[in-house]
This record gives sequence, structure tokens and C-alpha cells, in this order.
Amino acid sequence: MKQNISFREFLIPRLIQASGYSAIVFVALIFFFLLREGLPTLSEVEWGALFSARWYPIEEYFGILPLLTGSLIITLGATLIAVPFGIGAAVYISEIAPRWMREILKPLVELLGGLPSVVLGFLGMLVLSPYLRVLLNLPTGLTALAGSLLLGGIAVPTVVSVAEDALDSVPRAYREGAWALGATRWQTIWRVTLPAAKSGALTAVMLGVGRAIGETMTVMMVTGNAPVLATSPGSFFSPVRTMTATIAAEMGEVANGSVHYHVLFFIGLTLFVISLIVNIIASSVVFRAKKRAERILS
Amino acid sequence: MKRLLLLLAFLLSACSASAAADSTSPAQYIENKGSDTIVNLALAWAEQYQNDHADIRISVTGGGSGTGIAALLNGTVDIANASRQIKKEEIAEAQGKGIQPVEHIIARDAIAVIVNPQNPVSQLTLQQISDIYSGKISNWNQVGGEDRPIVKLSRETNSGTHVYFLETVLRLGNKENKTLFSTDTLLLPSSEGIIAETRQNLNAIGYDGLGYVPKDLKMIAVAKESGGAYVLPSIETVNDKTYAIARDLYMYTDGEPSGALKDYLDWILSPQAQEIVAKLGFVPALTK
Repeated sequence: MKQNISFREFLIPRLIQASGYSAIVFVALIFFFLLREGLPTLSEVEWGALFSARWYPIEEYFGILPLLTGSLIITLGATLIAVPFGIGAAVYISEIAPRWMREILKPLVELLGGLPSVVLGFLGMLVLSPYLRVLLNLPTGLTALAGSLLLGGIAVPTVVSVAEDALDSVPRAYREGAWALGATRWQTIWRVTLPAAKSGALTAVMLGVGRAIGETMTVMMVTGNAPVLATSPGSFFSPVRTMTATIAAEMGEVANGSVHYHVLFFIGLTLFVISLIVNIIASSVVFRAKKRAERILS
Repeated sequence: MKRLLLLLAFLLSACSASAAADSTSPAQYIENKGSDTIVNLALAWAEQYQNDHADIRISVTGGGSGTGIAALLNGTVDIANASRQIKKEEIAEAQGKGIQPVEHIIARDAIAVIVNPQNPVSQLTLQQISDIYSGKISNWNQVGGEDRPIVKLSRETNSGTHVYFLETVLRLGNKENKTLFSTDTLLLPSSEGIIAETRQNLNAIGYDGLGYVPKDLKMIAVAKESGGAYVLPSIETVNDKTYAIARDLYMYTDGEPSGALKDYLDWILSPQAQEIVAKLGFVPALTK
């Protein structure tokens, strides 16, 4: 019996350790694979051609700028929608809603998060985009705006559930302290609870942004996929092509090892680096905030 | 004990069921993959052929002409469907892998240019369509329509139809011509996307295989040059070569087909199979 326990004590921590390391190993392997398949691009395509404004791969035009701006403008739009709605809904669920309402809303939000994105894309193609075209009098409704709206909708459940958890874990004593000082409910939320949950809320936003920039199927169906360089806010109302949609649409077709194949991996690498940067910025902000909190408390 | 008996009985019945399945089980599989234009036709053929030949199983998948040819080169399919001819690079790659692609013309197809039924424009010349897609013409009133912006719809670049449209319409069949689709052309991943957008958007112009155009959309009559006759796509106008945007559809096999594969390809060119071609809105291959 005793031996049995010591054996388990030996085995279980090591299993946990291994699964912890495996996360790092997988990311490293993916990164290595992307580098190996993507980097040949830099010797095959000239820098000037790679960062030009024309994407037409079957005639050897490999300008990735339109794809880059397309992804960025849609992600920006989605963030502008998802953050206020997501944080607002989280605050409502955690701070304001009565208990019975919370019991209904939480599962509903999670259900929304489980909606397959292709279904949303379908709705976007058949309902949202015709509606936008008529409402805003656009030439076509298949625009960056339609993509942003849907991606915002996809990111909201992520933002809500993470932010709500963060708000929930703020100790009750914080709120009671604020009320004791005569703060109103709104002042308590805005000045005490939200700042206390700042790192969690920021994580929520970052996860939402990550969800939006990596989403493929929905944007492929509603943004029109025209590789137009997005240069001004007006581009919200014209079709765009994202990096993810490009990879999804073209990967099945390319010959293994061709220039086009390498450029598609290079685009994947770019996406990877972008989300890495987003994550690094987020964690450094969280880290700094934590340090300050520790200083105040000590 | 009772349980054991039951289990035994179950096992026995399973055995006899599988034995029964064995006697009729398919002896031959044919893998068939490629062009989305051909996929419905290939499915209809496969269904009919399997009804008549219980010992043959044919699986049909789409994905695009390039996807099908790539699969043939990788040796994962028996027949690649393509709505364009195999490229020189692909033949070179095939030979590197010891594969000899053999071409079979299995049907013909017209590409219909489609607009919303409420669009007053009903005829265009090839040159006009080329100018629309290359961005030189951007308003319907330049081709006799209302004052509306033109929204150009196209298939993705991996579609054989896209490549064919580029070569035959945008470049007017001229190999020296380097005209490209204007960047604001919407590249939609499916025929369905083009049809859905054209159905609800008065500004839209799109193209699709004749067999896929639903009755509630308007097809444009096309003239080869200005002053020429405007012709609507149909089986007759494709066969008498008056409709300008028509092409052959292909199946590729590795080497000359033999055995069950040869029987199937021979059957495809038979009158019975070519009747299905006409029924689906394609144009029967001109058999000798």
C-alpha cells in the first residue's frame, strides 16, 4: 500500500509536468514548421513584390499588403463591437442582474459561443449583407463591415465569459468598502470592481481579438474576398480579403513546395507573429498592473 | 446463461449478415475527384452506373480542378475531373512521379454571364464583359443600363471556371493579353455565393456554368464582337459554336484506362450517359 502511494506520488506530478511541457513543445513545433515552410518566400519573392498591393497568385502577383490590411480592419471593427458589448454584458451579469436573470443569461451566452461559425456566415450572407446594402445604400453588402459585425458577435461570448469570471473573483469586501464610503453603484463598478478585475478583463479582450483575427469561415462567406488595399476608414464599406480566408481558399489548390505554397505559409507565419505580439503586449500590461498592485499592498 | 445464449445468437446473426453482405459486396472501387463544375454530373453518372452495376462502387468529391489533378498526381484517385486542360507544369510534375495523365473529353459546358432579373441590360459584347471585369467600365449606364455601380462577382482563383473566364473573356483568347481581374472583383468561394448575391443585388454581374444557373436569374446574350449577333447560351448555340464562352470538360486517368475503369469511361460517352449530361444543363460531348 505504502509503495503504491509513493509510486503514485512519483508518477502523477510527472504526468502533469509532461502535459505542461507539451503545450510549449507543440507551439515550438508549429512555429518551427511555419518557419521552415514560410521563410523560403523571402528568397523566392522580392521584398518589394511581397509588400505590394496586388494579390493574384495564379499570375505570380504575391503582394500581401491587401490581405494584411483586410485582416486588420476587420479585427479592429470586431474589437470595437465586442469590447463594449462584451464587457458591458459581463458587468451586467456579474454586478447588476438579479440571481435568476444571471442563471438564464450565463448559459445563453455560452450557447452563443458554441454556435458554429459557418452557420453565422450563412446568416450573414443571406440576411445581414442584403440588409446592410439596402440600409446604407452600398453597391454590395459583402463588406468589411458585415465581417466585423459577425466577428464581433463571435467574439462577444468569449469576452463575456472570461470577463465575468474575472469580475466574479473580485472580493466582496472591495464593493462593501466602496459602498461604505458612500460610492454609488456605478461609481463602485467603474472605479473599484472593474479596475480590480483589470487583468482578467484585458485577458478577455485579448482572447476575443484572437478569436476574431483567426476566424476564417465566416469572413470568407461575408466579406467578398476582394483583395483591395484598405487605406481609409471608408474601406469598412467595401469588400476586403483577409489572410485567413486566403489561406483557406487557396491552400487546397497549390502544388506542394511551389512559391505560392511558401507564400501561403508566410501569411500563416505573419498571423502567428501578430497574435504573439498581441499576447506579449497583453501579458506585459497585466504584469505591470500586478506589480503596482503589489507595491500598493505592501 | 440466458445472456450467453443471446450473445451467441447475436454473433451468429452478425456472421450470417456479413456473409450475405459478402456475396454482393463491391469488387471494385473507383475514386473520382476534382472540378466543382463537374461534380453534380459525375455524381449523377456514378449513381446511374452503380444502379446498373452492383459490383462497382464510385465515390465522387469536388474541390476544384486543381485539387483533382493534384490528387491524381499523388495517386489517391483513379479519375480526376477538370473543367480546364491539364497545365504543362502539372504534366511535368506527373512525369516526375511516374504518372501519365490521359485526357478524356466527357462533356461540354457553356459559361453563362448572369445578372439580376430586374437589370435592364440583356446583351453585352465579349469586349464589354472584359472591360467590366478589368475595371474599365464601372457603371451600368456605360453599357446601356441604369445609373448603378457594377459589382463584379467571380469564383476563387482555384476554380477552373475562373481560369477559363480569365483566358477566354478577359483576355479574349489572346495569349499575349495580360489583362487581370480588377482588384475589387469579389472572389466568392462557391457557385452558390455568386447566385445568392446576384439574386438579391441589382448591381451584380457574375458567371457560372450553364447547368448551375437557376431559372430566376437572367442570362446575358453575348456577341463575339461589336456588330455581331448576340447569342444566349444553350445546347444548340454551344454545338454550332455561335455562343462564345463554351469549353470542354475533362476527366484524366493515369495511363490508358483498363478493366472496370475503361468500362466506366466508355459508358460515360454512351448515349444513355450523355442524356444525363443534357438533363443537367450541360452540353453532350460530340461523340464520333
